[in-house]
Amino acid sequence: MIRSHTRLLVLAVISLSPFAARGQENIPPVELEFFEKKIRPILVQKCYECHSAKAEEVKGGLLLDTRDGIRKGGETGHAVVPGDVQESLLIDSIRHESIEMPPEEKLSDEVIADFVKWVRMGAPDPRDGDSRTAKREIDFAEGSKHWAFQPVAKVAVPTPQQNANWARTDIDRFVAAKLDEQGLRPVAGADRLTLIRRLYYDLIGLPPTPEELSAVANDSSDQAIAKLVDQLLESPRFGERWGRHWLDVVRYAESNGRERNYIYPHAWRYRDYVIASFNADKPFDQFIREQIAGDLLPNASDEQRIATGLLALGPKLLNERDREIFVMDMVDEQVDITTRAFMAFTASCARCHDHKFDPIPMQEYYSLAGIFRSTKTLYGTANTQGNRQASQLISLNVSQSPGIAPAEAAEPEQAEVVDNTKQAAAARKRLAALQAQNKKLAKQIAQAKEGDATALEKLQKQQAELRETIAAARQGLPKQPTPPTNAKKGKAKSQPTGPLAMGVEEGKVENCPIYLRGETDKSSGIAERGFLTILDPQLKQPILKTEQSGRLEYADWIVSPENPMTSRVLANRVWQHLFGEGIVRTVDNFGMGGELPSHPELLDYLAGRVIANEWSVKKLIREMVLSRAYQLSAEHDAKNFEVDPTNLNLWRHDTRRADAESLRDAILFAGGKLDVTPPDGSTVTKLGDGEYGRGGSAQDLAADDNHRSVYLPILRNAVPEVLQLFDFAEPSMLVGQRQITNVPTQALYLMNSDFVTENSDALAARLLGDAKLDDEGRVDKTFQLVLSRPASDTEIERALAFIQRAADAMKAAKPNDDKLTLHAWSGFCQALFGSAEFRYID
Amino acid sequence: MTHFPFSRRDMLKSLSCGFGYMAFAGLSSQASAGYENPLVPKATHFEPKAKRVIFLCMRGGPSHVDTFDYKPDLATDDGKPAPQQKGRKLMKSPWEFKQHGESGLPISDLFPHLAKQADDLCILNSMYGEVPNHPQAYLQLHTGSFRFVRPSVGAWSLYGLGTENQDLPGFITISPEVRVGGAQNYGCAFLPAIYQGTSVGQLGRPLTQAEIGNIANSRFSTNLQRDQLDLVQEMNRDLLSQKQVSPELEGVIESYELAFRMQSAVPDLLDLSNETQETLEQYGIGEKLTDDFGRQCLLARRFAESGVRYIELCHGNWDQHGGLKAKLTSNCGNTDQPIAALLADLKQRDMLKDTLVVWGGEFGRTPHVKNQDGRDHNSTGFSMWMAGGGVKGGQRVGMTGDHGVEAVENKIHFHDLHATMLHLLGLDHTRLTYRYAGRDFRLTDVYGHVVDDVLA
Repeated sequence: MIRSHTRLLVLAVISLSPFAARGQENIPPVELEFFEKKIRPILVQKCYECHSAKAEEVKGGLLLDTRDGIRKGGETGHAVVPGDVQESLLIDSIRHESIEMPPEEKLSDEVIADFVKWVRMGAPDPRDGDSRTAKREIDFAEGSKHWAFQPVAKVAVPTPQQNANWARTDIDRFVAAKLDEQGLRPVAGADRLTLIRRLYYDLIGLPPTPEELSAVANDSSDQAIAKLVDQLLESPRFGERWGRHWLDVVRYAESNGRERNYIYPHAWRYRDYVIASFNADKPFDQFIREQIAGDLLPNASDEQRIATGLLALGPKLLNERDREIFVMDMVDEQVDITTRAFMAFTASCARCHDHKFDPIPMQEYYSLAGIFRSTKTLYGTANTQGNRQASQLISLNVSQSPGIAPAEAAEPEQAEVVDNTKQAAAARKRLAALQAQNKKLAKQIAQAKEGDATALEKLQKQQAELRETIAAARQGLPKQPTPPTNAKKGKAKSQPTGPLAMGVEEGKVENCPIYLRGETDKSSGIAERGFLTILDPQLKQPILKTEQSGRLEYADWIVSPENPMTSRVLANRVWQHLFGEGIVRTVDNFGMGGELPSHPELLDYLAGRVIANEWSVKKLIREMVLSRAYQLSAEHDAKNFEVDPTNLNLWRHDTRRADAESLRDAILFAGGKLDVTPPDGSTVTKLGDGEYGRGGSAQDLAADDNHRSVYLPILRNAVPEVLQLFDFAEPSMLVGQRQITNVPTQALYLMNSDFVTENSDALAARLLGDAKLDDEGRVDKTFQLVLSRPASDTEIERALAFIQRAADAMKAAKPNDDKLTLHAWSGFCQALFGSAEFRYID
Repeated sequence: MTHFPFSRRDMLKSLSCGFGYMAFAGLSSQASAGYENPLVPKATHFEPKAKRVIFLCMRGGPSHVDTFDYKPDLATDDGKPAPQQKGRKLMKSPWEFKQHGESGLPISDLFPHLAKQADDLCILNSMYGEVPNHPQAYLQLHTGSFRFVRPSVGAWSLYGLGTENQDLPGFITISPEVRVGGAQNYGCAFLPAIYQGTSVGQLGRPLTQAEIGNIANSRFSTNLQRDQLDLVQEMNRDLLSQKQVSPELEGVIESYELAFRMQSAVPDLLDLSNETQETLEQYGIGEKLTDDFGRQCLLARRFAESGVRYIELCHGNWDQHGGLKAKLTSNCGNTDQPIAALLADLKQRDMLKDTLVVWGGEFGRTPHVKNQDGRDHNSTGFSMWMAGGGVKGGQRVGMTGDHGVEAVENKIHFHDLHATMLHLLGLDHTRLTYRYAGRDFRLTDVYGHVVDDVLA
């Protein structure tokens, strides 16, 4: 119990206690005297330091300086219940029975006896006043001065002095003005080959072919780069690259992770939706609205309903017995993802107490929470032992979802017409009822496992029978089309077959209780559904309709042009992926705990461009990459380095490491094995929807897969090795910026893994099979394929010398090996894959 | 965003003596500035008592009332209805408890070997957690939290301390459990990836087949691979001299040299053939009953000796809802001799004094039964033990009430266990923080007290 006093504090939230209503009391003089002489002095001396309105930090949410406060009590309950010593926690505490108060030194027995006597006489207490006065008010006026809560300013493009001639675009002028200020001069522009390689990796995540490389390199026209940029933005590979950035942010994964790692075999539809959205340059405000409230848009399409998968993909406590705990943790995850991903705002910090840094009261957290509490989250997972919280999924209506290209395109051949007659509806209703019954039974069985064995047996028998009935009921249903890659047959499934997706629907609309310390067993009042006051000066809070969860209004509120966060956050995320660091380096936190923008005016300029361009991400990228600032070389400059070693002012381009996906894709690409056609669905569907670890291995699935990395199975706690090793985003968490580590296990992978060896062999075979090339030409071609540049004479010489030595060494060991030449060349190819130059993009 | 609990000066100081590999020959001093190896040994908050941890994880919930929590009342009340749960009967332990060592520590007959080291053991009889379910409790044992994805104790330890052997991973987990949280139990969550545990083998598979991924090249001889690596490093150094300053590139160059050394260091360590027959026998290697866990324990000693910071072993399954007599006998038979050998071996090498050995599982088991010969999950009171660095042996800390259902005195939560482990490693659990998503995180969240009674 002492523990609870050292915990985070709850300061908001006051409800009326039944004992506070007595108000002004008529206290007999004897009792009053007793209080004044024996009780008040002790309270003042021993308790007020931590438990009064004047306390620096009120402990345990407990105020002892008014009658109202002492009777109402703190987080753990009523401090004083008049006449009831047993129920008065204050007595318990001063006796050091559960809580020990005062913590330093126990009161004397005599004093304790006085307090007991006082409680018995009815705890007469003349101290009027409302303990609410002690609440540490959040100062919104002060809070709103924080830069990120200020409206996006209409900024004038500056006129740089020193670097005036260098600047080409408006972005450059902002950068140049800052360089002026610091007395810095930008380095030279990147050479053509470097720039082409940079653009390929940045925009589509793949290297150029030698032909593409030379075509652009030899095009000396002014428009060559702009043309290349447009071509890359139009490539279907663009969405795969930029969609993956977004999947990092929304902790995309195909399994639950956590304590019970159930598979999400339908998650890939959301992945494909994201990729398609980036390819189509869907306005980002629309993209946000679909992900939060796609199902509530007029005539919601399958695509829009799939978009709400964002809310269903999070890790969950599937083994949790307590439904309320389960729901509130899921809701918390949804509040967190929507506030941080779109607004870089850590609202979920206010779940247990008022936000420590930002002006978000706990009550407003529960206002947001109410929106998701009124939402039904449908994520599936097999209703088997160990999963106490399985749910249904969204049934799709395939015919109207053209946006989801690959898998759906393959389906219509097998698809039969979806029957929408009344008969079918009734059959489905019956099935749903049976399933509900089944779920109830499963719950009973779970409980019975702890108890009586015969009861358990009986229930299990019932369950078996019910399952048969359900199977029969399902047979009777009009058939819906089945995706080709659905879960394996014969497995007990709790949802109807047919194309399914994860997502949300409206639930029972209700406001959320304010849970003290975030714990569902202690609540105090109800929070009306709503949004955050701190953003209100600029935004009019819509009044939420009573019959709807409020998700649509929430989405509209997030994308409102007056919301100062959303457009800035988007511009900053895009900037980071092109320049290496965000203008605000804490890309997921624009609050007071985050960093300040290095170029605040530039950020506002870009946020303004987002709105002006109707939230087009492609236009934003185009403007950024066509700036001279983006096109700078990554070279060193001693003078600049001394002033600005971390390149905060952008005097050069930051060298960046190729991410895990680019690394793997480029290795497959060089070996000629990369399959750029998007796959149908995900190989994860082969594992069904049960708990991961019982069926096949995700590593095995990934090993035989030559599709782009974005399509590899992403199971929580079982991310494919190559991605995991090279700092893939932890799929249980929101990751706006990946870590970059250099660890020996990465080197071991490049030196010894089957994947790298096989692709080195493939590349070597490709080179040796090209009869038009001599050995020097082969080395040069390898450099072009792997490093996107020709080899120097020294490099050719070195490479050939190594190949010769390798062949000799292997021949000495195994004279009759007919693969000597291949393996010697393969060893050289592998060395290039291992080079730092391959892993870094200048 | 990395916030180390130590000053930058400490970092640089340890860096300056930590390096000196050939890969750096010829680099300008400017080139090396700014490169920070996140694994170098770091200064602790205060004088550490233990330099490393060996955690003997008994997966499934070992029965405390049959092993380390002596409950005479349970024997007296055998067969009576359990006051703690309606419809259940109390069942006495099928095993005898006897006093052992000078301290007279009561240990059941299931651990005849370990009992000889009673005076080194500090038995924690008042462990408790919130959830009597495997997945949650197992995650909480390993990360402090089951509600959120958090770094594991091993990752925090490595983050706080760095490692002493740059040729080996600093956190190794042997035969880890794939389910109930799987890799999350040795994961790093938001901590840099370098701090996550490296796994050797997998629970349920024989350790003789275990290896560390990609540790060997199947095609090239060591010399030829060195030649290949020289080609890589030559290119890397060319690039570095062209760039003049690049901590990242130095990191790459360094990581290759480490990897190359690991290739010989790791298999050498996994290879037990240079251990004497006597040692192998002590650990029970070669005996069917003890072979696998004996190998784990011997590996643990070898890793510990080589400077690995945090080593976890795993043995399952201790979940005896039925068949308690036979299964618990076999579990203890598997592990007793190997663990005793490990403690003796560490002691003999004068390493027990700075190695913290921790034994336990995610919870204990009920003294009352529904099936004959089977006990259910009990999270409100159970036992673990500690031995070695900074631990006061030959004592019991805390106690459960009658029959052992609930911890009643000097209660020790997982957070308290973690706080105490960090304390013994010289780290203040309230100061070992990492900033993520706008706030500082701790292994113990806002909880945890160091259990003073444990400390020597």
